[in-house]
Amino acid sequence: MKFLCLIRAEKVMEQMPKADADAHFEEYRRFTEELRKSGHYVACNRLVPSAAATTVRVRQGKISAIDGPYAETKEQLGGYYVVETRDLSEAIQLAAKIPGARLGSVEVREVAEDEQTLRALGMLAPEVTS
Amino acid sequence: MSEAAAAGAREIAASVYRTESRRVFATLIRLLGDFDVAEEALHDAFRAALEQWPRDGVPANPRAWLVSAGRFKAIDGIRRRARFVALDDVAEQVEAIPDEASSWDEDSIEDDRMRLVFTCCHPALAPDAQVALTLREVCGLTTEEIAQAYLTSAPTMAQRIVRAKGKIRDARIPYQVPTPEDLPERLDSVLRVVYLVFNEGYSASSGDSVTRLDLSAEAIRLGRLLLELLPEPEVMGLLALMLVQESRRAARTSPSGDLILLADQDRALWNRDLIAEGSALVEKALLSRRFGPYSLQAAIAALHGEAPSADATDWVEIVGLYDVLMRIDPSPVVELNRAVAVAMRDGPAAGLALIDAILARGDLRDYHLAHAAHADMSRRLGKAAQARVSYERAIALTRQGPEQRFLERRLAELPV
Repeated sequence: MKFLCLIRAEKVMEQMPKADADAHFEEYRRFTEELRKSGHYVACNRLVPSAAATTVRVRQGKISAIDGPYAETKEQLGGYYVVETRDLSEAIQLAAKIPGARLGSVEVREVAEDEQTLRALGMLAPEVTS
Repeated sequence: MSEAAAAGAREIAASVYRTESRRVFATLIRLLGDFDVAEEALHDAFRAALEQWPRDGVPANPRAWLVSAGRFKAIDGIRRRARFVALDDVAEQVEAIPDEASSWDEDSIEDDRMRLVFTCCHPALAPDAQVALTLREVCGLTTEEIAQAYLTSAPTMAQRIVRAKGKIRDARIPYQVPTPEDLPERLDSVLRVVYLVFNEGYSASSGDSVTRLDLSAEAIRLGRLLLELLPEPEVMGLLALMLVQESRRAARTSPSGDLILLADQDRALWNRDLIAEGSALVEKALLSRRFGPYSLQAAIAALHGEAPSADATDWVEIVGLYDVLMRIDPSPVVELNRAVAVAMRDGPAAGLALIDAILARGDLRDYHLAHAAHADMSRRLGKAAQARVSYERAIALTRQGPEQRFLERRLAELPV
């Protein structure tokens, strides 16, 4: 099963003193290396820090791009990992090791892998016919 | 190695995973002292097997190889993370891991499985936590499967499991098989968990079972494992009880999902093999003279199972067994079941008097089956008004479903 781990923190690295930020980067480097070795790794990315996100909506053919979300808390989305695990419990175990989990929080969401979704997203493996 | 041989080795690794992963896991928990570390180690070990066995060949003792690989990877992991942890702690952690010689003889592996079962069923954990942990760690089910079986969400179930593991860690619950003095009480806990799982599966409607996990089968599997590890009379008794109750699965609901009472079931649909196996186990258990409530309940169930028809049931013997059960494990529910058997042996008036006495005491006032039994006996005695009151009380106490429909039908059949 695949799970998306969304990392949220109030204080992102740009706001830390350089020494702390460097140490935090090193923690992520080490964690990601372990994750790759463990076979659970699928993907990850850090998000470029910005003052706010942009939310895009289309209604009646008109695109609107507005500043937001205006989060009720000061938490910002800092990055994500996609992991492959046996079940949610194992994903939670992994998420707990993400360095951001100690400073902020990690939201764990199951990635949809049902046939209809995979077909719509062009992710179905081609059928073996021979 | 040839491509075919490599593929064969991968196949073997996969099949070893299916049959042995829980055993390897149990040993790794003992060696590493932590559920989560052991789970990671197990995962690493199987990954290593998938990489190395196609290259180097399948080892002579796959289980031992996996335990060794898992242990090695765990120690390696502890060392690699050492830079975050004080050196003292690292040395302590690594030293705490016993060396390999003791890891994998047959006896210690069976002990490990027992340790795991007893730890998951430790009385310090809440009962639903014991169930969740046992299903995940002993039976190898995923969190999602367990959640679906208990009709809760995966996050709720995952939280329950995380809390349970945390409790084991914080309370320092030891990975040990209980001492002989503690064994009876601790075994009680384990048997209760197994029977809880069985009953959850027993009441699942057949319509849902296509996608819902078969908990009853899982419980029986657990019961068989327990019997292998601990051939105690009550373990025999519980397994026998589950087997005999399971033997009636095909007969107890109609195609439309309605409840069919024991007396009305088509006995040709009963699984005779399960009844035979259960009866044999009951005999062994009762012969030991160290039997308990499960064995007695199993004996009663077996008597039903062996009766060629409802009328030919040996109610005298059944009441006798309930008398013994009342002596060793008295409870209002057992008393109620005995009253139903007495009604079959001596007539509804005798049974009704017993149920009236229970209710007058204040017991079972909220138990729908007490009122259902009261209603049924009143009906048989021609006391329609009394039966109506009791049926209505029973209906009010049941949840939606086959039981409620059954009671409403009986209510509707009463003379006005």
